[in-house]
Amino acid sequence: MNPLYVEAVGLVAPGLPGWQHSLATLSGAAPYVAQELAPYQPALLPPNERRRATQVVRLAFRTSEDALTGTDLPASALATVFASSDGDTDVMHRINHALAQPARLLSPTDFHNSVHNAAAGYWSIAVGSRLPSTSLAAHDASFAAALTEAAALTLGDELNTLLTVYDMRMPVPLAAKRPIAEPFGVALVLTPRRTARSVAALRLEETQQPETTLADAALERLRQLNPAARALPLLQLLARRGAGTAHLPAGGPTLSVTVTLP
Amino acid sequence: MKPLRISHSTITSALGAGRAAHADALRDERSGLASQAFDDCALPTFTGAATGVDAVRLPPELAPWDCRNNRLALLGLRQDGFIEAARSACARYGAARVGVFMGTSTSGLHQTELAYRARDADGRLPEWYDYVRTHSPFSIAQFVQRALGAAGPALTVSTACSSSAKVFASAHRAMRAGLCDAAIVGGVDSLCLMTLYGFNALQLVSSEPCRPADARRNGISIGEAAGFALLEWPEQAARGALLLGYGESSDAHHMSAPEPEGRGALAAMRATLERAGLQPADIDYINLHGTATRANDASEDRAVFALFGAGTACSSTKGGTGHALGAAGILEAGIAQIAIEQGFAPRSLNTTEKDPELRAGVLLETRQQPVRRVLSNSFGFGGSNCSLVIGGGS
Repeated sequence: MNPLYVEAVGLVAPGLPGWQHSLATLSGAAPYVAQELAPYQPALLPPNERRRATQVVRLAFRTSEDALTGTDLPASALATVFASSDGDTDVMHRINHALAQPARLLSPTDFHNSVHNAAAGYWSIAVGSRLPSTSLAAHDASFAAALTEAAALTLGDELNTLLTVYDMRMPVPLAAKRPIAEPFGVALVLTPRRTARSVAALRLEETQQPETTLADAALERLRQLNPAARALPLLQLLARRGAGTAHLPAGGPTLSVTVTLP
Repeated sequence: MKPLRISHSTITSALGAGRAAHADALRDERSGLASQAFDDCALPTFTGAATGVDAVRLPPELAPWDCRNNRLALLGLRQDGFIEAARSACARYGAARVGVFMGTSTSGLHQTELAYRARDADGRLPEWYDYVRTHSPFSIAQFVQRALGAAGPALTVSTACSSSAKVFASAHRAMRAGLCDAAIVGGVDSLCLMTLYGFNALQLVSSEPCRPADARRNGISIGEAAGFALLEWPEQAARGALLLGYGESSDAHHMSAPEPEGRGALAAMRATLERAGLQPADIDYINLHGTATRANDASEDRAVFALFGAGTACSSTKGGTGHALGAAGILEAGIAQIAIEQGFAPRSLNTTEKDPELRAGVLLETRQQPVRRVLSNSFGFGGSNCSLVIGGGS
C-alpha cells in the first residue's frame, strides 16, 4: 500500500485528556498518571441528540472533536470509519436486564442506541455529512483492522477520512466475561496526499513480528486494559515526532505501521 | 471499478437452505413467514425463522462458539459446497491471503439473553456463557475464520441493516489495496428477543406477514439468514456473477427513521452506478430494501423513482424472507444472482394493493425476463445506506 498521511490526532483516556495534553506523557517527558476523565458535553451534538447520547457516543464524539482541533478540514467533508470491540455495553446490559424481567419493557431509545453504528449515526447527523461511513469490530484487533480499512478507503477512493476507535468500561456483570477496565478513544484524520498540516506519513504492511509493547509499565498496563489502547505504540511514535515502527495486533497477521515525518 | 468475481455463494433463510431452495420458493411465490413462537416471545407477530437451526451441532473444535447465531452460520456454510470452495481458495492463495468480512447486527445476542435469565442470586452470569465467542460482534468473523481456515485480514461490519451489503465494499477495498487476494464475505443475523421487543417498542412490527409497498402495510416481519460469497479477481476465477459496483452513504437525519425525501438512499444508488460506470437504464431489476414500514417504503420509493422513473422492475423480497436485518444485504445479493441466472424478476410478495402514493415500478406479478444487472438496496438504523450492483458473469 502507498503511504497515507496523518493530519491530526485525537486522544481521550484517563490521564490522557486530549492529544495536546498528552504529548508530554507519551513522549516520555512526564510520567503517566491515570486520572479520571471529567464529564464532557459533545460540542457538535444538537440538543435533541445530546439528550439521547450515551456515554460511549460521548466518548466517540469527544475523541473525534479532539482530532478536529488539529485540522482545518471541515468535519462534513470527512468520510468516517468508527470501530469498537464491544459497542455500547451499558445499553446492552440495560436491554438484557429488561428482557430478563417478566414485563420485557424495552426503551425505544435504548433499542436504537444498541446498534454498533450509533456513534456513526449521531456523528453524521451532527456534522450533516452524507459521505460514506462504516462501523467495525475486531475484538482486540479493532484499531488495526479499522486503520487498515480507513487507509484502503482513504487511498483507494481519495477521500479524507476520520478514523475513531473507542471502547467504554465494561459494566457489571459483563465485565467478568470481557474485562475492559478503562475507557479509551483514539482518532486520526487521514489524507491520501501530504498537506501543509501533515504530522506524519504512515506505511502499512503485514509482519510476522510480535506486537509492540511499551517500556513504561503504567502505559503498558493501560494498553492492555482497553482494545482501543492497542493504538498506544503508534501514538507514542506520533507524539515523539520521529520515525519508527509499531506492530499492532490485527484480525489476521500482525499489522506493521511505519511512521515517517512527512 | 474493476469488477470482482462472485465465484461461489450460498444463502439460507426462512425460504430454505441453499440457493436451489430460494430459487424454487421465489418461483413458487412462497413465503417463509409464519406465526410461530421464538423462545417464549409472546408478541403477536410473524417471523421468518430458518429451519433446522436448533438441530445444528457444532463440531468439537468449534464448540466454544456455540450459540444460535453461529449454528445458523454453520448451517449456511454447509450449503452449496461453500466450505469446500472456501478451503480450496485458502489452499490456492494461501490462508493468510484470504480475508474474512462478516456483517451482523446482533451477533449471538440471544446467548446473552439466555445468560441474563440464568444469573445467580448475586447477579453473576453463568459459567457456560462465553460472551466473547458468542455475542461480541467479532464472534461471527472469528467463527468463519476458524470454520474455513482463512487467516488473512478479518473484521465484522456492524452498521445495522446495511451490514452485509457493506462487507462487499470492505472486501473490495482490501483486495484493491493488495491486503488479500480473495475474500470471504457474508452476513449472519439470527432471531433474538431484543429485535422482536425492540422493533415492537418502536411500533414497527406488523401483526401480519409484512406487505412491502402495500397501501395497508404496517410494519416489518423479522427474519434471520446466513449468506456467504467468495470474491476473487476475474483473472483467477472463470465463472460466477460479478460485483460491478457499490455505493455507501449516510442519511444524516435520524437514528431510527429514514430521511423522508430519500436523499441518502439516492446518494448510495448514484454512487453505485457511478462506480460501476452504468446508467439507470442498464439496471433490469432492483431488489428494494422494502421493509414494509410506512416510512421506509415511502422514502426509498422517492429515491428510486427520482433515479429510475416508473419503468424499472423492482420489488422487495422481504414478504418471503422477512427482514433478516444485518444479513439482509448478503441474502438479497444472493437473490440477485438467482434472478440473473434464472431470468426472472420476483414479485413483491403479500402486496395485494400497491400504495397509490408509490411511483416506482413495483412488480405485483413475477416477470420472466432477461436480467443482466440487479441493483440491491440495504438501509439501516443510524442512516447507514449501501447499494450493490451485481451483473451476469458472461
